[in-house]
Amino acid sequence: MKRIITLTVMNRPGVLNRITNLFSKRNYNIESITVGHSEQEGISRITCVVHVENDGIVEQITKQLNKQIDVIKVTDITEQSIVARELALVKVLSTSSTRSEIYSLIEPFRASVIDVSKESIVIQITGESDKIEAFIELIKPYGIKELARTGTTAFLRGTQRSSNQSKTYSIV
Amino acid sequence: MLQETAFTRMKAENKPISGAELMLEALQREQVEVIFGYPGGAVLPIYDKLYDSKIVHVLPRHEQGGIHAAEGYARITGKPGVVIATSGPGATNIVTGLADAMMDSLPLIVFTGQVPTGVIGTDAFQEADILGITTPITKYNYQIRNAEDIPRIIKEAFYIATSGRPGPVVIDIPKDIAAIVTESPNEQEMKLPGYQPNVQPNYLQIRKLTEAVSRAKRPVILAGAGVLHSNAASELKTYAEQQKLPVVHTLLGLGGFPAEHELFAGLAGMHGCYTANMALYQADLLINVGARFDDRLTGNLKHFAPKAIVAHIDIDPAEIGKNVPTAIPIVSDAKEALKQLISQEGRPPEHKEWLQTLEGWKKEYPYFYDSESKKLKPQRVMEMLYEKTNGEAIVVTDVGQHQMWAAQYYKFSKANRWVTSGGLGTMGFGLPASIGAQLAEPDACVLSISGDGGFQMCTQELAVIRELNLPIKIVILNNSSLGMVRQWQEIFYESRFSHSKFSCQPSFVKLAEAFDIKGFVINNEEEAEKILDEVLHTNEPVLLDFRIDPDENVYPMIAPGKGLHEMVGVKP
Repeated sequence: MKRIITLTVMNRPGVLNRITNLFSKRNYNIESITVGHSEQEGISRITCVVHVENDGIVEQITKQLNKQIDVIKVTDITEQSIVARELALVKVLSTSSTRSEIYSLIEPFRASVIDVSKESIVIQITGESDKIEAFIELIKPYGIKELARTGTTAFLRGTQRSSNQSKTYSIV
Repeated sequence: MLQETAFTRMKAENKPISGAELMLEALQREQVEVIFGYPGGAVLPIYDKLYDSKIVHVLPRHEQGGIHAAEGYARITGKPGVVIATSGPGATNIVTGLADAMMDSLPLIVFTGQVPTGVIGTDAFQEADILGITTPITKYNYQIRNAEDIPRIIKEAFYIATSGRPGPVVIDIPKDIAAIVTESPNEQEMKLPGYQPNVQPNYLQIRKLTEAVSRAKRPVILAGAGVLHSNAASELKTYAEQQKLPVVHTLLGLGGFPAEHELFAGLAGMHGCYTANMALYQADLLINVGARFDDRLTGNLKHFAPKAIVAHIDIDPAEIGKNVPTAIPIVSDAKEALKQLISQEGRPPEHKEWLQTLEGWKKEYPYFYDSESKKLKPQRVMEMLYEKTNGEAIVVTDVGQHQMWAAQYYKFSKANRWVTSGGLGTMGFGLPASIGAQLAEPDACVLSISGDGGFQMCTQELAVIRELNLPIKIVILNNSSLGMVRQWQEIFYESRFSHSKFSCQPSFVKLAEAFDIKGFVINNEEEAEKILDEVLHTNEPVLLDFRIDPDENVYPMIAPGKGLHEMVGVKP
C-alpha cells in the first residue's frame, strides 16, 4: 500500500543523504521524495511516498526516521485530510494536424502549454499523482518525447474531518 | 574543573586561538582523560597542539586497534572513548570499529582529519568521503566548516554520543579548519531541536506491566545491555527479588544480574543454556529490559516466546515492535522504568511451580563437556580462569568459540566486567579492546581471551601493551583453526573444512617475546594449573597459548532458522 510521510528536518549538509541512506539501509521502497524549504528558516520539508506491505513497516519507517538527529517531526498523513500535488512536464510530439486535438485534452485537466516548437509542445500539469497518470495515458498515443515528474509534495488541510482520524502508534 | 590552560588564558585575553586549540579545550571541558589516536598529514595541526596537552595519548599500531581500544574503554567506564585518525586511509581504517560501536551502542567521539576545505571533492591526496562512508554506521556525524563552530559541535557530539541510546559520533575536521586562527568563538549553546531522547516511562504502561506481573504464572525477565548502559544493575536485582522474577541474559547483558543468584536462569540465545531458552519459550510474560531481540537471541521468530505477553523497556522506540510484537511498550531509560516498577510494589505472581521447573532444568541441563578427556578442554580453561580470578576479572573477548565458552563458564557477579563484540561480531576486537579496558581500570585483572584466528587480526597492539606496561593476561585458545567456522562446516557442510584450518601458525610465545612480553605454551591441565598460579596475579603482561582440543564444539546450540525449543547438544 502507498503511504505519504512528511518530515520537517534541519537544513544541514548531508541531511537528504541521511534520509535516503536510511531507506536503502533498511530495505524500504521509496516511490518519490521531494525536498524544499519550509516556512521557517533553516528548516526543510520532505515528502516521501513509500510502498509498504503492512502497517508494521510504516511504523518502523516512522520510528527510524524520528531517530535521526536532524529530523524534527515525522507524520504519516496518508489517512488524514490532505492536499497532495505533483507537477509534471511533458514534451509531446505535435504537428499542426494534432495540435488542436491535444489542446482539447489539456483543457479538462487544467494543464497548460508552456512551450511550443515546430514538432513539439511542452505541457505542464499539476495535481494528484492519479490525475497525472491519467493524463499521461491519454497523451501517450501522440508520442511523448520527454517526461519529468517532481514527485508528490503534500500537507494537511486547514480543517480535518473528524471521521478521518490520524493513525496513532503506541510507542509510549 | 576546567584547568587554566594556555587556551583559557588566551581566550580570556581574547587572543587568537586555533581550531585545534579550540578542539582540545572542548575535550578538556568534557573531562577527556585519554585519546586513542594515530597522527597523519591532515591532523598535523591537531597533533602539534596535543604535544603540549595534558590529555594522555595512546598510540595504537593500527587505527582499527585504536578504535577498538576506545570501545573497551567506553564499555567499562560508560564515558565516551575518544579517537583521532587522519584523513583517507586513517579514517577508513576505523570504519569497522564504528560499525561495531553502533551495533553495540557504545559511546565514541571519533575525530577524522580531512583534506583542506579548498580541495574537498577534488580527489586530493588522502581524501575520502568519510561523512558519506560513516553515515549509516554512526549515530551522527559532522564536518566542521567554520572553526568557530568547534566548541558547539563537540559539546553536541558528547551529548548525542552519551544520551538516549549511546552510539558513535564522527567529527570530520579539514586541515585548514584545525590550523586556522580565529578570534572569538561563538556561544556554545547546542542546537538540536530534533533530538530529545525520552527517559521517563509512561505511567499507564508501568501500571499495565505491574498488573501483568501479578497475574503471570510463568514470568521471565530478559535483561540486555541496556541495563548496563543505564547503570541499572542494582535496580534490576531489587525488582527481580521483590517480584521473585527469574532473569535471563543476552550475551551483551552479562553481568547486569549476578550469575550466582538463585533467580538467575542463565545466558539465552544460540549458545545459551537450556534453562534460559526454555524459560523464554515457555514464558507467559516476557519482560525485556534493554535488549533488542537480536536474531542470535530469538532464533526463528515464529517460535519465539509463543505463549508470552511481551513487555519491552527500551530507550530506543524503534527497537520496540521491530522484531517481536509487543503488548506493553515502555520507552524509557531502564533505570527509570525499573525504579518506577519497584515503587509500584505490585503483588508478586504466584509461580512457585515455575520457579521449581526452572530449578529442575538448571540441575538437569547444565553446560557440560568431557571432563575425563586427556586433551585440554577449553571449557576447563574457562572454569580455571573463573576460579583463579574469583570471578572478579574484567573479561574481554574476541569473536568465535572462545567467546561463547567465556560467556558460558565465566560467572559474572558484577556489572561492567564483560567486554565483547556482540552485534557486529568483529574478529580482532579482543586484544585492542582489552587495552582500553585496562586503561579504564588500571588496577583490575584484565583477561583478554581470543582464538588463534582473531588474535592474529590485531596482533600489532602487543606493542602498546608493552609500551604502557599494561598487566593484561592474554589468553589464546589455540585450536589452529577458525573454530566456529570449522564447527559450522562440520555440522552444516558435511565436514568440508573449506579454508578454516591453519596449516601454518606462528609461535605465539616467540611473537610475544619479540614485543618483550613473556609467553607460555600450555598443553594440559597440570601445566595450566601451575602457570596460571604463577602469572595471573603478576603486574606484567603475559601471553598464554593454550593448546586446546581442536575438535571441541560449542554446545548447546540452536541451528540457524530453528526455534529456541529446537536446541541440540543439551545433554552429554
